[in-house]
Amino acid sequence: MDSRIYEEKTHHYGKIWTWTAVLVFVLVPVSVCIFYNAWPPFMSVFKGLLGVAPIFWTVGFIEVITFTPMLGTGSSYLAFVTGNLTNLKVPCAINAMEINDVKSGTEEGEIVSTIAVATSSIVTTLIITAGTLLLGTLTPFLNSPVLKPAFDNILPALFGALGVVYISKNLKLAVTPMLFMIILFVSVPSLAGSVGILVPVGAVISILMARLLYKKNMI
Amino acid sequence: MDFNPNSSFLYLVAVAVILFILAQSVFFLIRAYRRGKEIGMDVKKLRTTITSSAIFTVAPAVSILLGVLTLSKFLGLPLPWIRLSVIGAITYELPAATSTASALGIPISETITDPTVYSAITWVMTLGILPSTILVPILLKRIQGGLISIKNKDSKWGELLISAMFMGMISAFMGMVFANIRNGLPGWIPIFVMFFSAALMAVCGLLIKVLKVKWLQDYALPICMLGAMAFAVIITPVIS
Repeated sequence: MDSRIYEEKTHHYGKIWTWTAVLVFVLVPVSVCIFYNAWPPFMSVFKGLLGVAPIFWTVGFIEVITFTPMLGTGSSYLAFVTGNLTNLKVPCAINAMEINDVKSGTEEGEIVSTIAVATSSIVTTLIITAGTLLLGTLTPFLNSPVLKPAFDNILPALFGALGVVYISKNLKLAVTPMLFMIILFVSVPSLAGSVGILVPVGAVISILMARLLYKKNMI
Repeated sequence: MDFNPNSSFLYLVAVAVILFILAQSVFFLIRAYRRGKEIGMDVKKLRTTITSSAIFTVAPAVSILLGVLTLSKFLGLPLPWIRLSVIGAITYELPAATSTASALGIPISETITDPTVYSAITWVMTLGILPSTILVPILLKRIQGGLISIKNKDSKWGELLISAMFMGMISAFMGMVFANIRNGLPGWIPIFVMFFSAALMAVCGLLIKVLKVKWLQDYALPICMLGAMAFAVIITPVIS
């Protein structure tokens, strides 16, 4: 099969799966309302949405623009249904492409990224399922104060290892966005809760810096 | 009708959603694997990608499970199980539940007993996160078209653009690690953990490149993550 046909088919299947997923997602509240005969007042849903939608709809839009070029076709359709992009799917796909020495945007990159995201989605779903079913047994372990620091520090543990690989390869590219973000977070610590919005800010700074260095033949 | 957020009906709904997610993931996995074989990619490498991605996923997945646990005290188990297996994440679901509960004047410290409150929260959780899923089939081709035209004009810049975007993400998350340094030494713990993880990765890099420990390449990231998490367990009681 020609790679363009494969790509077209991936879009075709991706769209079918995604629109079906949207239907499945919406059927959850619909089935709750029908089964319990408990349709909520419009205003309570509207007020609840008002508290989260402006931020999360913006973040959602930004995430699509930022992450789909890194992920590729199949994994984008999958990752935006199965979620946990920044803390799991994107690093997993990038790491898999890195160790296989393939680039995002190539067919090999597309395949490796899709395999990584699909595997990650399956394993996550199985772990959450097993954990949910065994929650009685696992709760003391998961709530253990001894292990709390490990889970509190999962992002530094992930981005330390991932960051050193990419920063060492793209040192000139990394300096400006890194310094900007460190100064920003030290100055306004409360932004830690809105890191999703700052990802594209970092990306724009990084792209502008890359363009400048590229134009001056420095990278 | 009496309402129980852990009812059999809600578990059935959850199982249906989970089966759908698994089916979609398996579909894309098999399709990509077959295509890899078809274009002559090394089958061993494809299999290693599966194994290393699975191992890498374990620690973050357990952390997601903690999110299920957090939400289950208020919402029962089936709904958090559904939400955190699909596009939702604890950073979104908790504010969504809190926002709706406060709009309805309900405390989030007790398990929900009112089905209308429960359905309102379910709607907010669903509608609040849906755009990112919907936007992919709408925008993906256009975004890729834009990238292809950039790459066709200048392939090196096209590659740099992707690297720069990824660097933007890494810089935001690494910057966030510094958010609490004004809280004294305990605020530095995430930074120590990050540097420990980076140092472990540097050691792995040396082992791979100098001592040719090739198998380590596929498992370096999960090893560094777990090592740094263990380091956090050791240093936190000492520093705090």
